[in-house]
Amino acid sequence: MSNSVKRFEAFRMFFAIVIALLISFVIIFLVSKEPLTAIYTLITGPFKSRRNFANVIEAMIPLMFTGIGVCIMFSANQINLAGEGAFHLGGLVAAVVALQLGLPAGVSPVVAILFSGLVGAVFTAIPAVLKIKTNSSILVSSLMLNYIALWFATFILMHFICDPGIGSASYTIPDASTLPTLIAKTRIHPGLILALACAVLGYVFLFKSKIGYELRLTGQNEEFAKYSGINIVKVVLISQLLGGFIAGMGGGVELLSPIYTRFSWTSLLGYGWDAIIICTLSKNNPLYTPLAALFLAYLRTGASIMARYTDVTLEIVQITQGIIILLVVAEQFLSKYKHKMIAKEAMASLKEEEVH
Amino acid sequence: MLKNILSPDFINAILRASTPILFATLASAIASKSGITNMALEGMLLFSALFGVIFSSLTHSFLGGLLITMVIGGLIGFALAFFILQLKTDEILAAIALNLIATGGTVLLLLAFSGDRGASTSISSVSAPTIAIPGIAQIPFLGKVLSGQNLMTWLSLIAVIVVHIFLYKTPMGLKIRAVGENKNAAESVGISSKKIQYIALVLSGVLCSMGGYFLSGGYMNMFTKDMSAGKGFIALAASSMGADTPIGGFLVTMLFGIAQALGNLMQLTTIPTELIQMVPYLTTLIGLAIYSYAMMKRKNKLGSHT
Repeated sequence: MSNSVKRFEAFRMFFAIVIALLISFVIIFLVSKEPLTAIYTLITGPFKSRRNFANVIEAMIPLMFTGIGVCIMFSANQINLAGEGAFHLGGLVAAVVALQLGLPAGVSPVVAILFSGLVGAVFTAIPAVLKIKTNSSILVSSLMLNYIALWFATFILMHFICDPGIGSASYTIPDASTLPTLIAKTRIHPGLILALACAVLGYVFLFKSKIGYELRLTGQNEEFAKYSGINIVKVVLISQLLGGFIAGMGGGVELLSPIYTRFSWTSLLGYGWDAIIICTLSKNNPLYTPLAALFLAYLRTGASIMARYTDVTLEIVQITQGIIILLVVAEQFLSKYKHKMIAKEAMASLKEEEVH
Repeated sequence: MLKNILSPDFINAILRASTPILFATLASAIASKSGITNMALEGMLLFSALFGVIFSSLTHSFLGGLLITMVIGGLIGFALAFFILQLKTDEILAAIALNLIATGGTVLLLLAFSGDRGASTSISSVSAPTIAIPGIAQIPFLGKVLSGQNLMTWLSLIAVIVVHIFLYKTPMGLKIRAVGENKNAAESVGISSKKIQYIALVLSGVLCSMGGYFLSGGYMNMFTKDMSAGKGFIALAASSMGADTPIGGFLVTMLFGIAQALGNLMQLTTIPTELIQMVPYLTTLIGLAIYSYAMMKRKNKLGSHT
């Protein structure tokens, strides 16, 4: 991709975000009695206090994990939506390991998070294996699997790790297994560092390794990849295993973080769906996921502060998210300008040649 | 337990519970036949469940509410088609965006319209009536299965036949299938694939909106937040397992309904409810795998002869 096209893509994304925000503001004006206060709170809320800003960073962490995981899965052009279930099961597994194994401090969270990742990997590989063995649609089977994961986790929660005193939550996660806070008076935890490491490693894997190249080639043109001698089955499986591993790890990290004290997820949390907007914004490049996650986390935190102090509900963010996806993914959005720009550049380079 | 399963009341309940999914399955079938996977069914169901409540209360009539909901359903289908066909948006991502907008939008609209949060408790909507066809109740067994069914359930059964005839016996149906089968071949004989796909997605939206209407005006009598609860995705799975044909989709939907109703019966046993809740999804997953496997084998067999 030439530099100017890249610049144009960045501009287009910026423009899409601005339009989505403007539409959201118009909606706020329509539904709210105090629209200006609401919008002001939405934008400035996250900066109002140390705690609010820490909330943004905390919210970023799970978004990055599922975002990176789904980036890797989608890069092979496999629309596998099981990241949602992998995250959920990751949380469950971390809770079970923490509660049942009684490992010493320091070892326990590491083992728990590794197990979360492994279960996540196996889980997201199921649709891929079904596709390879039976040719059933990855999209459809992964959608069904998410609900199976939800009810399976609820089953384990209710029958094996449930605290009878609470009813629908597990026993308290022992201190030996919880992640410490990194910064005093916040709940920012080492998961942040792990997530950032995953972003860098994910980038290296996808863009600097041989298998990553094969994976992206498969995603762009499966037929071509096949005839170039790439083992499609291997590449697809690896991408789904790795993506699920990171998403599952995210679930484990989130559950052991200071944000939760028990496993109490009785509905899907939606991080798998959020991952899709993260991928859209980061153009399937794990290196950009922290930025995309930061943006979404900022918007979410702002909206929840707005929902607390004004009459606008949190759900407005889902509309903003939807519009951003639509505009960013719409190839034809601003395409006229792209053509004009490319034409202009071509003219310029022609002139330059004439001079020489 | 066996006595319970074979009872007409049991089948009566299956038909009722399957109605929204059946409409959405037919909606998925039309879209898929034209070559587009409509994953936005989930959002369409949710939007039309809310609009059904709002417009039936504004017009004080069931029919007014249903018709307006169907028109809006068609418009949502049109909007989806516009993004996919005109702006070249990936169909799955466009659908995910639409589902997101529906999740947030319905909560916001409900709050703006009635001040209710989460459920439309203060809106007095008009539900679809139940129908008693004279004479039908006298038929043994079948009478009990069909008696007291909601009008929308009847309509969904009729829709199976209508969509079947539409897809396989009309020129428009032929065009839709031709475009879905091979876009370029269809274009070469002068069919505008874009126009056909627009029509298919609008029809898909209209059908799906009828299912959404029944969710909040028949199956339940109000709108609640996120009430589509994955039914759109189940419909997508059912349609794909039924080879995207109306009859196939109908049979799979019924199978799904049976799995769900069996689950409800199993609650009388000692099997944990959480595992029972899993049954319909597991059934669909396994069914889809078996069906796809059989299709793959058949294709390979056909291929090896040539």
